[in-house]
Amino acid sequence: MSVNLNLNSLMDLSVKYVPSGDSNFSLALKVKLPSSGITAVYGPSGCGKTSLLRCIAGLAEAEHCQLSIGEHAIGDLPVTKRQLGYVFQEDRLFPHLSVEGNLDFAYKRRFSDEGPSKHEVIEWLDIEALLNRKPDQLSGGQKQRVAIARSLLTAPRCLLLDEPLAGVDSKARTPILFHLETVAANLDIPMIYVSHNLDEIIRLANHLIIMDQGQLVADGPLLNMLSRLDLELAQQENAAVVLNTRIAGHDGDYSLTHLAWGDSENGSLIIGQLPGAIGERVRVRIPCRDVSIALEEPNQSSILNVLPGVISDIELVDGARAIVKTEVAGQSILARITRMSLECLQLEKGKAVFLQIKTVALLSEHQ
Amino acid sequence: MNLLSSDIAALWLTLQLAAVTTIILMVIGAPLAWWLARSTSRFASVIEAMVALPLILPPTVIGFYLLIAFSPDNFLGGSWLALTGQSLAFTFSGLVIGSVIYSLPFVVQPLQSGFQSFDHKLLEAAETMGSGSFDRFFNLIIPLTRRAFATAALLGFAHTMGEFGVVLMIGGNIPGETQVLSIALYDHVEALDYQRAHWLAAGLLIFSFVLLVFLYGFNRNKGIRAG
Repeated sequence: MSVNLNLNSLMDLSVKYVPSGDSNFSLALKVKLPSSGITAVYGPSGCGKTSLLRCIAGLAEAEHCQLSIGEHAIGDLPVTKRQLGYVFQEDRLFPHLSVEGNLDFAYKRRFSDEGPSKHEVIEWLDIEALLNRKPDQLSGGQKQRVAIARSLLTAPRCLLLDEPLAGVDSKARTPILFHLETVAANLDIPMIYVSHNLDEIIRLANHLIIMDQGQLVADGPLLNMLSRLDLELAQQENAAVVLNTRIAGHDGDYSLTHLAWGDSENGSLIIGQLPGAIGERVRVRIPCRDVSIALEEPNQSSILNVLPGVISDIELVDGARAIVKTEVAGQSILARITRMSLECLQLEKGKAVFLQIKTVALLSEHQ
Repeated sequence: MNLLSSDIAALWLTLQLAAVTTIILMVIGAPLAWWLARSTSRFASVIEAMVALPLILPPTVIGFYLLIAFSPDNFLGGSWLALTGQSLAFTFSGLVIGSVIYSLPFVVQPLQSGFQSFDHKLLEAAETMGSGSFDRFFNLIIPLTRRAFATAALLGFAHTMGEFGVVLMIGGNIPGETQVLSIALYDHVEALDYQRAHWLAAGLLIFSFVLLVFLYGFNRNKGIRAG
C-alpha cells in the first residue's frame, strides 16, 4: 500500500435532497469527513442515513450533492461514472452468476487498475471456498461477504456501506466485522458505514456522524464523540468508551496482559492475555454500565482495574441514573451509576475518585 | 400423393413471414413491455389494452381496418406507395405489418410479466459498478428473463404460423406471394382435396404441439432449478 499523505485530510460533503412525493422529509447536510478510514453515519431509522448514501452514489436524485475524493468530484456525474463501491442492505448478488461470476462482473468493469487484485479481495473476505457456488447456495453472511468483495473489485475511490449486517443473523456478524477490519487495514480508501447499531460502530469506525430527521446532529472522531455527555450516545444501554492503548507487558503467571496509555502511570489496564508484542497498539472498549465509582481506593476487591481519575462532567439520564465522565491520564471514561449513589457520594465536577472497571473488551489489533 | 410445389411455396412463405414478424416483434416488443412493466402512468393501461386487443377482436376486424389503412388514399398506404412504389395490400410487406399487430400481445405479455418479476435492485447494483444501460440489458436483464424471451419468441412465431383471418383480408391468396399455409389448407378443403388438406393440417398440428411441448419443458426445467 502506498503511503497516504492525506491521512488527516478532510473531504467536504454537502447534500441537499427533497424526495418527490414525501413532503415530511428532506435531507440537508454539510459535514467534513476524513479521506481515509471508516466514517460511521449513525441515527434512528428514517433519519435519512440511507438517503444520504443514495445521494452520494447518485441513485437518488439530489438537488445538490458535492463530494470530492482527491481530484475526483462526483457531484454532477452519472451513477456509472462516480467510481464508488456500494454495499446494500440486501446482498444484490446476480442470481444467474456464480460467486466467481459475480466477482468477475465487477472486476471486468473496474474503474482503474490500481485497485486490489481478485486474489487479495478473496483472501480478505475469506471466500475462496465459495467461488463455484451460486448465490442461492450461500448463507446470509456469506452472501454479504461476497457482496463486499464484489464492490471492492471495481477499485472504488470510496466504499459506501448501507447497514450491511442488518439482514445477517447475529452469529455471522462478528466474522464480517473482522473481515471489514481487514479490508480497512489493507485498503487506503475512505469508507462510509451507515448503521444504527452502536456496537458495530464502536468496533469499526474512526469517525462518527450523527444524524436525525435529515439533519446533522454532531460529528467528530469516534473517541471524542463516545465520551460526549451532550449526545444521546452516552445514554444508550450499550454506551461505551473506546481507549487507544499499547501493550505495556505480559504477565505469564496469570495469563494477563498489561495495557497502558498516556504518560502517567494512572493510564493502565489489565486484560486477558494477548498475543501482541510490547508497544503494539490495541483498541479496547469499556462499557459504561461496567464502571463503578469509589471515593477511596478499594483494597479488597476482585476487580483488577481500579484507576484514579478526576470527574469532569455529570449528566442525569432519567430520574434514577446518571452518567459521570472522569478523566484518566488524558482519556475520558464514562460510568453509569444511580442518582442515589451520585448523591450519597456527593460526586461533583473536579472531585478525585477511583473507577472500578469490571470488563475491558478487546476491539481490534489493527488500530 | 405428396406435397405439391404450391404447398411447399406456402410453407416457405409462412416460415419467412413468421421469422420476420418474430424478429420485428422482439425488437419493438421488448422496450414496449419494459415500459409497460415499469410505468406508473394511467396512460400505460390504455396502451396495455391496445396491445391486448388482438387477443379478443375477430381477426377479420383487424384485417378490415388494416385493408382500409393500406389503401393508397390513406396515410399509411399512401406513404408506403410514395416510399417504395408498391401497394401494401396483397403484398408480403402488408402481411408482415398485419402479423406484427396480430401477434403483438403474444410477445409483449410474456415479456412484460418477465420484466415485472425481475428484481430491479440488481440494476442499481450494476450501475454503481459502472455498468451502462446496454451492458445491463445484455448481461443482466436478458439472462435473468431468458424464459420470458424464449416464451415470447416461440409464441409469437407459432401464432403467426397459424394466422388466417387477417391474412385473408389483407393478403388475399396469391400463390408464392401471399398464400400462407392456413390459406392453402382452406383452398384444399374448398376443392374437396382432403388428402392434401390432411398433410397440411396434420403438419401444422404436430409442429405447434412439438413447439409447445418444447416451450413448457424448457420453462419447467428452468423453474425447478431456479426454485
